[in-house]
Amino acid sequence: MSTVAETRIKLTPEHDARPGASVRSRLQDLLPKIVLAPSFAATIVFVYGFILWTIYLSFTNSKTFPSYDITGARAYQRLWRWTFESDPPSSWYTSITNMGIFGFLYIGICLALGLFLAILLDQKIRGEGVLRPIYLYPMALSFIVTGVAWKWFLDPGLGLEQTLHQWGWTSFHFDWIKNKDFVIYTVVIAGVWQASGFIMAMFLAGLRGIDGEIMKAAQIDGASTFQLYRRIVIPLLRPVFLSAFIVLAHLAIKSYDLVVALTSGGPGGSAWLPSNFMYEFTFKRNEMAVGSASAVIMLMTLTAIIVPYLYSELREKPR
Amino acid sequence: MLRKLLIGTALATSFAFSAHAADVKEVQMLHWWTSGGEAAALNVLKQDLSKEGYAWKDVPVAGGGGDAAMTALKAMVAAGNYPTASQMLGYTVLDYAAAGVMGDLTETAKKEGWDKSVPAALQKFSVYDGKWVAAPVNVHSVNWLWINKAVMDKIGGTEPKTFDDFVALLDKAKAAGVIPLALGGQNWQEATMFDSVVLSTGGPEFYKKAFNDLDEESLKSDTMKKSFDNLAKLVTYVDPNFSGRDWNLATAMVIKGDALVQVMGDWAKGEFHAANKTPGTDFLCYRFPGTDGSVIYNSDMFGMFNVPDDRKAAQVALATATLSKSFQSAFNVVKGSVPARTDVPDTDFDACGKKGIADLKKANEGGTLFGSLAQGYGAPPAVANAYKDVVSKFVHGQIKTSDEAVTELVKAIDDAK
Repeated sequence: MSTVAETRIKLTPEHDARPGASVRSRLQDLLPKIVLAPSFAATIVFVYGFILWTIYLSFTNSKTFPSYDITGARAYQRLWRWTFESDPPSSWYTSITNMGIFGFLYIGICLALGLFLAILLDQKIRGEGVLRPIYLYPMALSFIVTGVAWKWFLDPGLGLEQTLHQWGWTSFHFDWIKNKDFVIYTVVIAGVWQASGFIMAMFLAGLRGIDGEIMKAAQIDGASTFQLYRRIVIPLLRPVFLSAFIVLAHLAIKSYDLVVALTSGGPGGSAWLPSNFMYEFTFKRNEMAVGSASAVIMLMTLTAIIVPYLYSELREKPR
Repeated sequence: MLRKLLIGTALATSFAFSAHAADVKEVQMLHWWTSGGEAAALNVLKQDLSKEGYAWKDVPVAGGGGDAAMTALKAMVAAGNYPTASQMLGYTVLDYAAAGVMGDLTETAKKEGWDKSVPAALQKFSVYDGKWVAAPVNVHSVNWLWINKAVMDKIGGTEPKTFDDFVALLDKAKAAGVIPLALGGQNWQEATMFDSVVLSTGGPEFYKKAFNDLDEESLKSDTMKKSFDNLAKLVTYVDPNFSGRDWNLATAMVIKGDALVQVMGDWAKGEFHAANKTPGTDFLCYRFPGTDGSVIYNSDMFGMFNVPDDRKAAQVALATATLSKSFQSAFNVVKGSVPARTDVPDTDFDACGKKGIADLKKANEGGTLFGSLAQGYGAPPAVANAYKDVVSKFVHGQIKTSDEAVTELVKAIDDAK
């Protein structure tokens, strides 16, 4: 934007003293800024302003309504104490361990499955145009729809188990969605089902972008297909890995609705993620300070992931 | 361009003003009674008001359920845009009253004699600092058993009078191959059942001390441990697929005869009615064994906000109509609850409703009318939810023994206070 403005100034000769023209050209210079200003202001207020507000609230003793007297870090102390209450698990302990399990498996499986599907689709197979949207389509559904559909499918009294029993396989048993120790894995299943197709599309785009000459050169050198992918293709896809990782990480941390629709919190609250914790405490339990504190911790966690990524990206630019 | 904008703003402002002036004859109401029976029940109120010349305007809430409505209300109040009234539950009314945004209906209350007709236990939530801030619409009670009569006859059961009778009855059902107890494994349903278990195990005094006064000695007493043991006993009679089930699906199991009994508040009766079942012939309503004579209640209220003077007349009309005997009777017959005032004739109610009204009256006079902790009438939401956490974790096995449950209960409630 700044380069555009500079050229404009040079293009307008200084001896041109007609006031109308100079006003118009100045207006043209300002136009992009004016157009951007509302959205910029909105972002400042509604994103960064409210982040600061949330941080502020987390140090107050806000209950049902915001209160503005700073009372110290009691909310954080409570969260810190709950972090180590594992038996019986506190809601916060459940939330963060679930975040660990869900985040790790969801991102890991989506990346692996997405890459695998993309490589298979990249083998110049027939019907790719049909297959690709089929895999991609789940991404078009909202988390709520995914959650409800999988809830019915996984419910032992309604879905898979019931159907297989009717077909005669009566020893089949799959009740993870009702089991406090396994319910979080059903969230992983539904999440992976939804996002892996999208990750596949990202990888497919990456694969199509790889220079065919490199592949040919490697094949002439006698590289096997496995070596080709292991040593050349996958390292070349590194930027795609990073983008996919960031997309998945933020999807993972905000997948509140999936948990609610799929498990309504799970038996004894065993499927909670930190986002569920935040909503529950802020709006249902009238503990706004604790809710805000948990939101701040979520933000910190996300920052810890995003900042190194941005850093590495910006560092590579000058090359 | 600028001038256009200015004119536009001026026009918009004048529209806003004229809209404001027209508000006088209108009631703005925030509620989540949108499903069939409830909406029909509320229509009675709309008609009563329109007879007096007041228009009814629903404040729209995206998404069903009370949570969404409460979030919307919070935003409206924060913006200084009060509705005439809002459906509210228990401690929410007091929270808003403490924030100084509620109106004052004391004059109307005096004129209509609410002090005498509304049970004292309910006034704890509808009166704040000596001022009437809410109009109670109904009284629900949670210590009920809902039994399928056909199944009951088949297994030759009779009304259980004690907890042991109840267990014996459940055993009979189990032996006959029906699911004895229909339960939805969501924390509020489990805790609602536990409210009754505690009242049955410890008696009225104990329930009050533990779940209304939050007395620590009672919370960690052996009686509370025994209550948890009794809960564990009951949970052995549910089907393996109970976790996460909605309450109305559990009620449907009883209606269809798949299960013998459900422990649930009297809103379950609405489901039986919707399925065209009659009390006495198709289903039975008993008090939870060992709790006869006491009532654990929760109540829907219309919280009245501190609206501008030109909207106060409409508010008074709404409050008066809400607590009128005719509306109280008509509404609660449909809703399954009982009237919020004890002087409403019970002629239009069915057998369960008549029993409910008589029980409420008796409990009110005998001082055995207690707020349900699970339903948010025993303690503020933070405590109530901490309680639900503990009960649910006990039911689902994260908390393994009743000793541990009691320790956790004390700790959680202490933490949330």
